[in-house]
Amino acid sequence: MLYREVGEFKTSYAQDSQTFPIKFDKYRYYFVVLVGLLFVPFVINDYWANAVFLPFLIYAIASLGLNILTGYCGQVSLGTGGFMAVGAYASYKLMTAFPDLNILIIVLLSGVITAFVGTLFGLPSLRIKGFYLAVATLAAQFFLIWLFNKVGWFYNYSATGMITSPDRSFGNFLITGPNATPASKYLFCFFFVFLLAWIARNLTRGKIGRSWMAIRDMDIAAEIIGVNPLIAKLSAFAISSFYVGIAGALFFSVYLGAVEVTEAFSIQKSFIVLFMVIIGGLGSIFGSFAGAAFMVLLPVALKNLLVLQFGWPVDIAAHFEFIIIGGLIIFFLIVEPHGLAQLWNLLKQKLRIWPFPY
Amino acid sequence: MNKENIKMMDIKNIVLRFGGVVAIQNISFDIFKGEIRAIIGPNGAGKSSMLNVINGFYHPQEGEVWFRGKKRGSMKPYQIAHQGIARTFQNIALFKGMTALDNIMTGRFTHMKKGIFSQMIWEGGASREEYENREVVEKVIDFLEIQHIRKTPVGALPYGLQKRVELGRALAAEPELLLLDEPMAGMNVEEKEDMSRYILDVNSEFETTVALIEHDMGVVMDISDRVVVMDYGKKIGDGTPDEVRNNQAVIDAYLGVSEH
Repeated sequence: MLYREVGEFKTSYAQDSQTFPIKFDKYRYYFVVLVGLLFVPFVINDYWANAVFLPFLIYAIASLGLNILTGYCGQVSLGTGGFMAVGAYASYKLMTAFPDLNILIIVLLSGVITAFVGTLFGLPSLRIKGFYLAVATLAAQFFLIWLFNKVGWFYNYSATGMITSPDRSFGNFLITGPNATPASKYLFCFFFVFLLAWIARNLTRGKIGRSWMAIRDMDIAAEIIGVNPLIAKLSAFAISSFYVGIAGALFFSVYLGAVEVTEAFSIQKSFIVLFMVIIGGLGSIFGSFAGAAFMVLLPVALKNLLVLQFGWPVDIAAHFEFIIIGGLIIFFLIVEPHGLAQLWNLLKQKLRIWPFPY
Repeated sequence: MNKENIKMMDIKNIVLRFGGVVAIQNISFDIFKGEIRAIIGPNGAGKSSMLNVINGFYHPQEGEVWFRGKKRGSMKPYQIAHQGIARTFQNIALFKGMTALDNIMTGRFTHMKKGIFSQMIWEGGASREEYENREVVEKVIDFLEIQHIRKTPVGALPYGLQKRVELGRALAAEPELLLLDEPMAGMNVEEKEDMSRYILDVNSEFETTVALIEHDMGVVMDISDRVVVMDYGKKIGDGTPDEVRNNQAVIDAYLGVSEH
């Protein structure tokens, strides 16, 4: 009964194109942001931060980035892991080369560096499409990982080949390193998620977002309305890589603290983020969050349920986890190929007219 | 209608070959400012190729295209769009994943100038520009009488309405020259009448020059000011509908000539 458009009259184009046209949605959104900002930081502990919130927030950024490229602009990429590694190594090099630089600026600069690298690897998209482009981005994945593994300069010639994040703080709060509190790490990531989701929404609702979607849906027609395919595709690659690079920088410096490139940013990362985007919903901001939540939270929930509630041995639970998650992915894709975001929209459509069937 | 015979577009001696096939053989014609110019001819005559030359998909091996008194160099289709030439396609080329409104909004692309950073922030510059362009789009939507399908994804619309949305996208660009590739293909009589009315209204109200390809001779003869007739890549007739109707070569091409 609360979920109604009735009585909400839109008298301007601004009102007509707002993100949450229904009041209930708007309040729900404010509620989630306020809980995330004012409640979670006070109760968060190491377990919740490391198992739930940090991976969820960081993957949400990566999947927002890939969704811009794949969901909005239609360019399939399997190089996400490699680009995350670029962000991670960029932040490491910046942190060690400029010890006085603020961590906020380091993370943003890592994104910018990744944007350049991503644009470079996006150049083949001007010539090739679809699966062929996916293979070309796969080359980026393997090349970048090889590069970071092989060239000592990237890991400052450390004996182990690993990169370890030094302590960096924002104001009085330690953000990176082993002594950082979960709350400060969480808030730092939360800030980036909030900012980047807001920017993604703004970009996709306006001119540049429509040019991406035009290229995705029909590139010939996009050209006759004046879209330059070169600019549209490369800007999508740049912005997408900016997001993915920030995710990589946070993943390394804030979340893991120490990283070995072939383990942390393997091809598996690329696939996980791609699954998030597909399961969450291509071309949807909400879908990026839903997909990240699905892939991050479900394994944790299942593990808790099977091991702690049913008392199963850990190894059997781990295998069943794979089976269940695989099954659920297939189930969701059969029920709704357009992802969780579309399911969510259908639910909202039904709610709007509830209790009537139509 | 403005018939001062100012040449908006002048097409001179175009030759277009695909390997050994000559699609267009030495064709010249002009389009006056403010007129409705039809291109007709049997299937495979090279009409669509001609439109593709005009809006830059094909680059002819020989010949020149003059637009607004200037010779046009080799340009990409998106650059030609920025010059004020819009078109529709024979097979509908809408953006299937977007609503009718968003599709027509894409037509405003050439009129939106705000940079990427302004769009990131949205409030202020980019949103103001968006709503200004939305007003133009709403006028087009009113004009084409498609208010009720504004927020419907175009994939879900019937054929006739999709054609109308595609015309809307071209009109939203406020083009000087509007190219229509078979705007009435596959329509019933009423839809054809509606579409004819829209084309005539666009021409008289917005003073848009229109060049169209159409197979329905009744429609072509009724709405166009001058007609070019093509057959096997050659021009076989050019003139007012009456002149063309009485042209022996045109009659032969359409009815066939028995070989004695």
